[in-house]
Amino acid sequence: MHEYSIVSSLIDRVEAEVKKNGATSVGSLTVQIGEISGVDSRLLAIAFDTFRERTCCANAELKIENVPATWKCPKCGTPPVAGGPLRCFPCNQPAELVAGDEIILAHLELEVPDHV
Amino acid sequence: MCDVCGCGDPKLVPVDVHDKILAKNDHQADHNRAHFVEAGVLAINLMGSPGSGKTALLEATARGSTGKLRFGAVSGDLATDRDAQRLNKAGIPSEAITTGNACHLDADMVHDSLHGMKWRDTDVFFIENVGNLVCPAVYDLGQAANVVALSVTEGEDKPLKYPTMFRGADLVILTKIDLIPHLGEFSMSALEDALARVMPTPKVLKISSRTGEGIDTWLNWLEERRPRPGTKAQPHGHHAHDHHGHSHEHGHSHDHTHDHGHSHGKHG
Repeated sequence: MHEYSIVSSLIDRVEAEVKKNGATSVGSLTVQIGEISGVDSRLLAIAFDTFRERTCCANAELKIENVPATWKCPKCGTPPVAGGPLRCFPCNQPAELVAGDEIILAHLELEVPDHV
Repeated sequence: MCDVCGCGDPKLVPVDVHDKILAKNDHQADHNRAHFVEAGVLAINLMGSPGSGKTALLEATARGSTGKLRFGAVSGDLATDRDAQRLNKAGIPSEAITTGNACHLDADMVHDSLHGMKWRDTDVFFIENVGNLVCPAVYDLGQAANVVALSVTEGEDKPLKYPTMFRGADLVILTKIDLIPHLGEFSMSALEDALARVMPTPKVLKISSRTGEGIDTWLNWLEERRPRPGTKAQPHGHHAHDHHGHSHEHGHSHDHTHDHGHSHGKHG
């Protein structure tokens, strides 16, 4: 259950942005989680709910964007058959991961005092 | 806040971050990697299920090397220093990293453990991760290569069930092959088929730590990857990097790893 450790790093990262931007709180945070990143989105959401109390994210909405794993041949660009070997047989090339291993803090909405 | 015009009321400001959540760990891992490479030490992150034979593999590695390579290790477990004790007995100077409840090692834990060790005097330094096929795959430790131990009794379809772990592996070591005659149902081709569906460039070595079969091939694999003097460490970024590095990830290296010492040094 490393999702707790991920959330701890996530909240630290958000705290840094809050300080940098002089924000008072966090409205929402958007994270991208790849299908083969090794992080489970549901467990991440549970861990976030547990850890958010008394942090800058106490009232923040967590938005999780799940990124499917996609592969392609580095030569011809053809994706391998889903569930099949990760190889392009015509080009005799191992497939390359295009997306799907993301563990990324993408966006934040910060509440910043409006100094006029 | 001002009651007249609302000035001073907070407003919602969108901020694009697009940064890895584990950037801090990756930074520490790059630091560890730079130390290992500059010291000419090949660092191996050895992962696998509890009981897959990771410690026995290292004991057999020490026996098989007969003093030609100098080894060191840190060994992660939730509790006890039993593995480190076993490794010390086998002639591999080792420290235990007891993680408490943590299911994996991270780059900080590895860095802290190195301070009390003479790791610079080793040729190959093993980081024996916590027995677990899930969590350790997420954390870069500063290793040159990921090796996953999979025992013959775990089932040929394990790679399909834990794709993230096997995708990140530079090498899979099939352990306990001396048991195959007793299993009846073990199929090497089924295992190879499963690996091909999760690893773009599957590589598997068959080993019996008990009989020593296959240990020479494993020792050669290690020897080929030792950093050459003057090699500079590059970010590994194996597991948690953003997309831009993908074109260099797994497809790139395994066919020509022997030219530059290790296989994941090319990410930007």
